[in-house]
Amino acid sequence: MNFDFSDDEKRLKEEAHGFLNDRCPPKAVRRVLEGELPFDRDLWRGVAELGWTGAAIPEAYGGVGLGHVGLCALAEELGAALAPIPFASSIYLAAEALLLAGTEAQKSRWLPKLATGQLIGTIAVAEGAEARSGKPLATSAEGGRLSGTKLPVADGAYADIAIVAARTAKSPLALYVVELNQPEIDRAPVKTIDPSRGHARLTFRGAKAEPLGSEADGEAILKRLYDRAAILVGFEQVGGASVALDMACNYARERYAFGRPIGSQQAVKHKLADVYCAVELARSNAYWGAWALGADAPELPLAAATARVAGSRAFYVASKENIQVHGGMGFTWEGDCHLYYRRAKHLALMLGAAPEWKEKLVNEIERRNAA
Amino acid sequence: MDFNDSPEEAAFRAEARAFFEKNATRKSGHAAAQRSRADDAANLAAAKDFQRRKAEAGFAAITWPKAFGGRGLPPIMQVIFNQEQASFEVPRGFFEIGLGMCIPTLMKHGTPEHAKRYVPPAVRGDEIWCQLFSEPVGGSDLAGLITRAVRDGDDWVINGQKIWTSGAHYCDFGIIVVRTDPNVAKHEGLTMFFLDMKSPGIEVRRIKQVSGTSNFNEVFFTDVRVPDSQRLGAVGEGWKVSLTTLMNERLAVGEAPAPDFDDIFHLAREVTVEGKPAIADRAMREKLADWYVETQGLKLTKFRTMTALSRSQTPGPEASITKLVSATKLQEIASTGMDLLGEGGSLMEESEVPAAALFQQALLYSPGLRIAGGTDEILRNIIAERVLGLPADMRADKELPFNKIPRGKR
Repeated sequence: MNFDFSDDEKRLKEEAHGFLNDRCPPKAVRRVLEGELPFDRDLWRGVAELGWTGAAIPEAYGGVGLGHVGLCALAEELGAALAPIPFASSIYLAAEALLLAGTEAQKSRWLPKLATGQLIGTIAVAEGAEARSGKPLATSAEGGRLSGTKLPVADGAYADIAIVAARTAKSPLALYVVELNQPEIDRAPVKTIDPSRGHARLTFRGAKAEPLGSEADGEAILKRLYDRAAILVGFEQVGGASVALDMACNYARERYAFGRPIGSQQAVKHKLADVYCAVELARSNAYWGAWALGADAPELPLAAATARVAGSRAFYVASKENIQVHGGMGFTWEGDCHLYYRRAKHLALMLGAAPEWKEKLVNEIERRNAA
Repeated sequence: MDFNDSPEEAAFRAEARAFFEKNATRKSGHAAAQRSRADDAANLAAAKDFQRRKAEAGFAAITWPKAFGGRGLPPIMQVIFNQEQASFEVPRGFFEIGLGMCIPTLMKHGTPEHAKRYVPPAVRGDEIWCQLFSEPVGGSDLAGLITRAVRDGDDWVINGQKIWTSGAHYCDFGIIVVRTDPNVAKHEGLTMFFLDMKSPGIEVRRIKQVSGTSNFNEVFFTDVRVPDSQRLGAVGEGWKVSLTTLMNERLAVGEAPAPDFDDIFHLAREVTVEGKPAIADRAMREKLADWYVETQGLKLTKFRTMTALSRSQTPGPEASITKLVSATKLQEIASTGMDLLGEGGSLMEESEVPAAALFQQALLYSPGLRIAGGTDEILRNIIAERVLGLPADMRADKELPFNKIPRGKR
């Protein structure tokens, strides 16, 4: 039984922890949150130099070829640090989409630059405040040209390329690789609940686009991509949740009321014990996802949905109870509690909200039972 | 990251599986058959017979030192044995407390003569042990116990009452913690002994539980004499000794009690609500997803514990969440399963309701799981204090002599 990170992966994780402690304290997150920077370029360069952006990209395409379990270890630390960089967009989504469905030429063209962080990628699927429900996309593609509006697009204001989902004459959903620096695309930053991660509205007016994978397979590729990304985001959620729980415990030990530390009150203890349970269940489920990613196991869709549902709940619960334990101070802009609360809800919504993933989870169990 | 056994683990697993294939029947169907925890004479005889075969095959004391007749194997092997056992119908509930808690305490705190006399028959299943700790005045507050032992020559004389003693009515011996000095602080006036359950002055009464079955007893002590030579640990050290007993609680690596996710999932597919299978309902599907996430999370958490054991590391504290999470989940699954059956959900007729009334029975036994072996509240305190490092609660009984501590009427 080896249901844990290996010694090498643990060492990598420790190094990542040390580096991010130094380079990405809450005040660095705040600089992006408060609009001083669109994202933390220094940090982005730093993680790229350490090879994190290329961790799971094969050496043939300029990556480090460390594998996906190593990337999971890094994701946990990036989540814990609330890293205000386009890591998820560029690596878990854009690079992974190219690896899953790209032609040899597409992979050779884009992956080496994504691996070194020289280019930033993202994905553009959502079209406003509406859950995906099988309704046809409004964005359409015809003759290699895209038209429509995508909102919100993470890192859309400064990304270099995007994987864009659009409807075609033959398919309700096909994927395209789109270079974003072209006059037929308008990009406008939009406000979200988590300004430490920039988002934009992208309007395509006949923009040049290159198909990614076959038109007919768009939905299947996107599902596979989201399943894989859900596991990586699941690790970010576990990382963030653990820090929020630690913050709450530290405060509960130090803050006195009624002549005693508030953490000696059972009302506070029991709340935090429940948060601990949620975090550990999420961690165990995330490990299952890491194993499935590493082994490319048939259980991957089920493990992904499980990790996703558990991770979303754990980070949300940990971050909201962290505010509660901090009392009024937890509700101030100056306090850091809200950074975790914002990120928790943001991560729980990217890739689709919990009800969608619960539905996927039960579907998957039904499918496996029928088989 | 993988779920594979090491070569030694795989060999041991094969050996364990072969033992079960030869000596037990493989489980079939759903969980109904596992419910029978009746401790009648027939089951007791079957359990003793199975224990003897286990001992002869070298599986009764897997992790104990060879000096005590064990195999001296690491804890991971016990976990592997339990995993294999989970696929078979085997007698359960008779030896766990004696071999898991009482005998290890005797091995640690008793004399070599005690070990020589009592360990082998316990391992073979010839003698069964119980643990006499809880009292009507204190379950969660165990150290608040009031059963007294007074020195009289070479003996101690015990008067008082114990409760929630599993198996007291068929056990041969028991370990007991009693108050030997009420004038000092409560944790300092306790002493541990072992005694013969057939001693004059011991009366055992069965407790009928909410579920209708009787797995526990009240045990009354009237002038029961115990020789000082049967003391475990020093006078006044009973609390420390009992902590070693409680630390020996077996790793919670067994199966979760039924009904679990699979049972409610199948029920939701079988039954119809408003003309559609219950599983077609969106709210039901969300609940199913939540239970699956918890069930799977607990199972995987055990794999993390096993990994630490397999690497000869001390397991992390994550195992402490198992009972807290699973007991409440069980109660919710039982209640929701009944909700799917409308008015008839209250029927306890095994032939009239799905899963032979498993959900109905679980509704009635699940409250006990939230109490036994540490209540939900005590478990949350333990997680908060020992895992999260939060400060201890303020206590009204601290630094007072035991006989000055306020007590309620009940």
